[in-house]
Amino acid sequence: MNPASVGIVAPQRARFTEPLTLACGRVLSDYELVYETYGELNAGRSNAVLVCHALSGHHHAAGYHSAGDRKPGWWEECIGPGKPIDTNHFFVVSLNNLGGCHGSTGPVTVNPASGQPWGPDFPSLRVRDWVHSQARLADYLGIDCWAAVVGGSLGGMQAMRWALLYPQRLRHSVVIASALRLSAQNIAFNEIARQAIQSDPGFAGGHYLAQNTLPAQGLALARMVGHITYLSDDAMANKFGRDLRSGSLELGDETGAEFQVQSYLRYQGSQFSGSFDANTYILMTRALDYFDLAREYDDDPVAAFRQAQCSFLVLSFSTDWRFSPQRSREIVDALIAADRPVTYAEIEAEEGHDAFLMPIPRYLQLFGAYMRRVQETS
Amino acid sequence: MRLDLTHIQRWIEPGSKVLDLGCGDGEFLQRLQQEREVRGLGLEIDPDKITAAVARGLNIVEQDMDAGLDNFPDQSFDTVVMAHALQAVHFPDRVLEEMLRIGRQGIVTFPNFAHWSCRLYLGTRGRMPVSRFMPYTWYDTPNIHFCTVQDFEALCAERGIRILARDMVGNTERKPLLASAWPNLFAITAIYLISR
Repeated sequence: MNPASVGIVAPQRARFTEPLTLACGRVLSDYELVYETYGELNAGRSNAVLVCHALSGHHHAAGYHSAGDRKPGWWEECIGPGKPIDTNHFFVVSLNNLGGCHGSTGPVTVNPASGQPWGPDFPSLRVRDWVHSQARLADYLGIDCWAAVVGGSLGGMQAMRWALLYPQRLRHSVVIASALRLSAQNIAFNEIARQAIQSDPGFAGGHYLAQNTLPAQGLALARMVGHITYLSDDAMANKFGRDLRSGSLELGDETGAEFQVQSYLRYQGSQFSGSFDANTYILMTRALDYFDLAREYDDDPVAAFRQAQCSFLVLSFSTDWRFSPQRSREIVDALIAADRPVTYAEIEAEEGHDAFLMPIPRYLQLFGAYMRRVQETS
Repeated sequence: MRLDLTHIQRWIEPGSKVLDLGCGDGEFLQRLQQEREVRGLGLEIDPDKITAAVARGLNIVEQDMDAGLDNFPDQSFDTVVMAHALQAVHFPDRVLEEMLRIGRQGIVTFPNFAHWSCRLYLGTRGRMPVSRFMPYTWYDTPNIHFCTVQDFEALCAERGIRILARDMVGNTERKPLLASAWPNLFAITAIYLISR
């Protein structure tokens, strides 16, 4: 196993019995969160870093679940010994958010009131609900103040919301490839994804688990659309070009041809639909759509960020068109106008939105340099 | 530490808020934070310099001054510093105006193109000067708007910019007598404290 990995890790589970009132008005009487930790909490409990996951993420951010495990956690590039979030120094907490489908209470877990899986009846969630539940997890772990709350994309939205809801409970907020709110185009892509799922006959109004069907095709299609938006035109051109996987485009040959990109997308779609829950996907995309950092601050992000007391690192990627550098600059400009400490860089990268998961040298160096500063003050 | 930066320091009040335009690797801003305990923000566009400055523990924003500074509110900094960047921006006059909109005071340093050695070089060889201080060839230089001490002061007069203090750096690090007496001829680097 790679010495720069945290190695073999095991998920843990925390149960919360104090009712949680959600943004939608409903109350979860009790719930469970699945999480992993990497590194050691220091005596002063000042070195804890919370990692917030994005749309399809989960608690398994780094390391391996067994010696034979081929794939490490989703943010293996950034979490581990000597990596930007250096587990030689930091105590890293990564959870599966409420409403997720990797073990935390959500649409696939049993609703105690009915004895059946929650399915589509699981309460609608907002980013702030995740933040409140993460704060309870911090209490449970004995962490008063995070050295940093870190996230990319939807995770970055959580890192910003943390700074507003619990200003005294984090020293740094790291917001990568994120936005103050989604654009109409972004919401439109999410709507296509939801429609793909909901129009699959197997969806059964969301009651597919009870009816023993699965909207596998719809979920795959949703993922395919999403996946295209996470890559840049250049990245797709470089990876696939117009290469054919089978058939030919010869004149006089009617059998047709299949491009590499087609089979790649179908593979991604089917892999995803076998491992993710459709109701969770709908719930998560809605949380993304509904998020608007400044809504209750008169739509003024400057007024919103005046609530914050932490320092911010904001990063964007040049070819990311789903969460473009312009969206990150809006965050930065609001922070500057709110007189909050901020560092910002736009990383040159061809990978599009997915770049935040990739080992891009400048990205890792800059992220690492910032985290060493977090370390020195923790 | 470049000499012009040492000069600047005494004009910056301890604990004040400083914006450094074109902060490079942040050496100066770091020193200001350590010795003057300022709250600093640096602007830079070079990726490696940004990483180096962040490694010093500084707050840096990647932003191109030539694309404007209108994301900075009026009078939101005590001092806006631009060291050796005036000659490298597309619209030096606009940047000066912006500095004084954003900051209560501005500090500008630039190489004086009317220094006798430049004049001699141009006068005798008829070629654009290349020296230790100006190491670039004319076609491949970031310095697209060279000016002289007199040019700068004329621009300030024209735009109603007050010169609160100036310092001239000559050939030697000892008392720059010649540079102070005849700056347009003997100053290698000109340093100005300006305001509205």
